[in-house]
Amino acid sequence: MTGATPSASSGLYSDVIRDRWRRPRHRGELPGANAVAEDVNPLCGDRVRMMLAVAPEGRITEARFLGDSCAICTASADVVADLVSGRSRGEAAALDVSDVLAVLQAEIRPTRMRCATLPLSVLAQALDGSAKP
Amino acid sequence: MRLDELTRSDFPILQRIVNGRPLVYFDSGASSQKPRAVLEAMNRYYERSHANVHRSIHTLGEEATELYELARDAVQRFIGAPSREEVVFTRGTTDGLGLIAETIGRTLRRGDEIVVTELEHHSNLIPWQLVARDRGAVLKAIPIREDGTLDLDAFDRLLTPRTRVVAFAHVSNVVGTINPVIEIVRRARAVNALTVVDGAQAAPHLRLDMSALECDFYVFSAHKMLGPTGIGVLYGRRAVLESLEPGRGGSEMIKEVWIDRAQWNDLPWRFEPGTPPIAEAVGLTAAIEYLEKLGMDRISEHERALTRQTQEGLARIPGVTVYGPPANVERGAVVSFAVEGLHPHDVAALLDEEGIAVRAGHHCAMPLMRRLGVVGTSRATFSVFNSPDEVSLLLTTVAGLRSAL
Repeated sequence: MTGATPSASSGLYSDVIRDRWRRPRHRGELPGANAVAEDVNPLCGDRVRMMLAVAPEGRITEARFLGDSCAICTASADVVADLVSGRSRGEAAALDVSDVLAVLQAEIRPTRMRCATLPLSVLAQALDGSAKP
Repeated sequence: MRLDELTRSDFPILQRIVNGRPLVYFDSGASSQKPRAVLEAMNRYYERSHANVHRSIHTLGEEATELYELARDAVQRFIGAPSREEVVFTRGTTDGLGLIAETIGRTLRRGDEIVVTELEHHSNLIPWQLVARDRGAVLKAIPIREDGTLDLDAFDRLLTPRTRVVAFAHVSNVVGTINPVIEIVRRARAVNALTVVDGAQAAPHLRLDMSALECDFYVFSAHKMLGPTGIGVLYGRRAVLESLEPGRGGSEMIKEVWIDRAQWNDLPWRFEPGTPPIAEAVGLTAAIEYLEKLGMDRISEHERALTRQTQEGLARIPGVTVYGPPANVERGAVVSFAVEGLHPHDVAALLDEEGIAVRAGHHCAMPLMRRLGVVGTSRATFSVFNSPDEVSLLLTTVAGLRSAL
């Protein structure tokens, strides 16, 4: 049996995903967050919590996440936190999955797409304030 | 000759190359692959004999009816049911459990109690939640112990004169625990509760004998036991089936109909409204004949060896946790495990890159996941065609995973 160890250059797990899975920049609690939401992926039970600190004029000063999630979901949450920091609520709400995928640079298959999109839907819930904190 | 050597060439799908490697299919617990005999039987039926059953007078209708009813005889023999009238065809395990929950549900009163277990598949939990909510009944769960077995002392404390139903899995789809059906049925019967057994993970792997188990209902699917999707079996003890009103209405389940009432058909058709899955019944017959030819005891033995090899091999890999009963306790053809630092979905995706198909996630058993303290697990399940070499490949690949992400 050759190549029993999966190669590091696979298409599903890009270097960006590997890196952000090992060393996420925005993982952790955000004390003082005033827009918070949490949701699960019913397919796998993954759970992501997005926490935003939104300034009075509506600019997101900081975003962090916590999650019990796979590499793709974790990397996506980390990228989402990156992308919304410094943006207005409106700009953050306009964020699309293609923006996240462009950063991840991975071939996300249809079966794993929900892993990439969960942080975005949690972000939307945090922004519209409909979710319970 | 080992069972996999005997059977491998019977499964056309095993020729597949996945991600550049020969397919290693360890997901039969979700749905098994099909031997050529099953595919050919269904094709032959569609090409030669298809018509609707029971109400057709013409030749094809008679042939289709005969083939459909032959499947009932095959199931009766396969599960050791005392009579063919006790074999009801459904669309699958979920359908069968839903049907029986609805049917029994109609007889429940406020304050009646339903007992399930902490390790149930959602299919044997949600229907009872719905029934409990609609009827004002109380739903309780038998807890499991650390090793994944049921706490039967706690079960005794849950049983009361109000307990009307005890519903439980024969074999856990996550940790593989084989529950003591005869013992649970005995205790349930002592308080006159009905017993409903989810046999989805048992029927493909264990010799079944309804006369010995003595449960009131036993439910399983064809597609996990080498048969087609879309058909399942609800076995019900005749006396109990006869006492129940049909859960669902339609054609075939009636004798005579007026605008405001109807007279029910005899068993088992009373519980089979509408056109049944006929080709699927033909496929199920072929699957049963295939399993019987191999012999269920031999199948159990083969799968037990693979399960033990996997369980012991995984446990030796640093950073790997194996869930469920210890290796010296008999279990179903299921091994759930976790790799430290890796999410189960990533484990499954990385294994898939090597052509190895395992399942990952909560396995439709979220309360059990919560009990185990995990979001999900990776799960390997086995069938007649799996080989010790495939297990070795799984073990080597898992051993290399921690450096892969």
